[in-house]
Amino acid sequence: MNGPHDLGGQMGFGPVAPEKDEPVFHAEWEKRALGVTLSCGAFGAWNIDESRHARESIPPAEYLSASYYEIWIRALDTLLERHGFATRDELRAGQNLTQGAVPKRTLKAEMVAGVLARGGPCDRPVHVEPKFAAGDRVRTRNFHPETHTRLPRYARDKVGMIEAVQGSFVFPDDNAHGQGENPQWVYTVVFDAAEIWGDGCDPTLSVSIDAWESYLERM
Amino acid sequence: MQARVRALETLLTEKGLIDPAAIDAIVETYETRVGPRNGARVVAKAWANPDFAEWLRADATAAIASLGYTGRQGEHMRAVFNTPDTHNMVVCTLCSCYPWAVLGLPPVWYKAPAYRSRAVINPRAVLAEFGVTLSPETQIRVWDSTAELRYLVVPERPAGTEGLDEAALADLVTRDSMIGTGLALAPGVAS
Repeated sequence: MNGPHDLGGQMGFGPVAPEKDEPVFHAEWEKRALGVTLSCGAFGAWNIDESRHARESIPPAEYLSASYYEIWIRALDTLLERHGFATRDELRAGQNLTQGAVPKRTLKAEMVAGVLARGGPCDRPVHVEPKFAAGDRVRTRNFHPETHTRLPRYARDKVGMIEAVQGSFVFPDDNAHGQGENPQWVYTVVFDAAEIWGDGCDPTLSVSIDAWESYLERM
Repeated sequence: MQARVRALETLLTEKGLIDPAAIDAIVETYETRVGPRNGARVVAKAWANPDFAEWLRADATAAIASLGYTGRQGEHMRAVFNTPDTHNMVVCTLCSCYPWAVLGLPPVWYKAPAYRSRAVINPRAVLAEFGVTLSPETQIRVWDSTAELRYLVVPERPAGTEGLDEAALADLVTRDSMIGTGLALAPGVAS
């Protein structure tokens, strides 16, 4: 979707403000927000792509004025409600009013080290050969789905070069919407700045994205 | 947000869906064990050991796992090496993808619109805000982490570090140098 999250090339946000000796967390609630989000992810009720889509579906004015953990919590409310773990009334009141859905698993303290060390690999085998090889010239597709995609707007309908075949991975555009993992080959595609940004661009700049095969057409 | 998150944690705990002790364990992991010192050890080893550097270039996930750094947001790693001619910089314009297993949780600026919007169009201006000025001829390559690959920048090894061991080298490797918004420190600058 052309949501507020798709920020590449937008202007007006001011300078980057690096913080010297930045702490890992800036407030107690950020620690709990991280832990609650990861604990709920462990239910197995939704995947990372659905989570990302819930975050990018936050209305633009809210998204852009929220901190990242705030974005996580807003999206988590959506996911908990969508999957029946809590009702809107419960989330609003902070009160347990109903028996909700039962998760496939709940994350206990003794499981944390193992779960974090394993992570969630999303490479999957596919039974077709990659369509493109390093050095091929490709054009990214021009599309504007209202659903989840990982092809940023600035890199649509642009000519680039395949730099590497990176393996085959779960296709987020389907997986975010419960349509299956449908893995595809993923490629690193590199673009000259002139192709993306045109006149006045930095001539020393090149930008790459990692693109699923169906984002690409052969030149 | 403090009240909102506390209410959510209380509700989910009452429902038996989450375990506050698990949250404590997650927080402790990222406050004490998984952070940029992991990545610094990877870079120092690559500087000190050409065989390891080659492995890191060819199969970063396995090379990094050999040092014990695996898992969440580090499942599919790629290492990109700065050279005298090319500077690498990593961003996630679409969210905040970041190699947690080697760098820990991302800093606030990495997740904020100012960085995500400008890194891909005007990286030199962004670098200036970090106090980094590259030669006008240096090629800049920005890696937008749009899929599940996570990128670790291997900065150039500073001059005058020939006699240093891996531990001393690791002290020169800053978090920002592994994102590409900084350079490795010169010896004597590290605290």
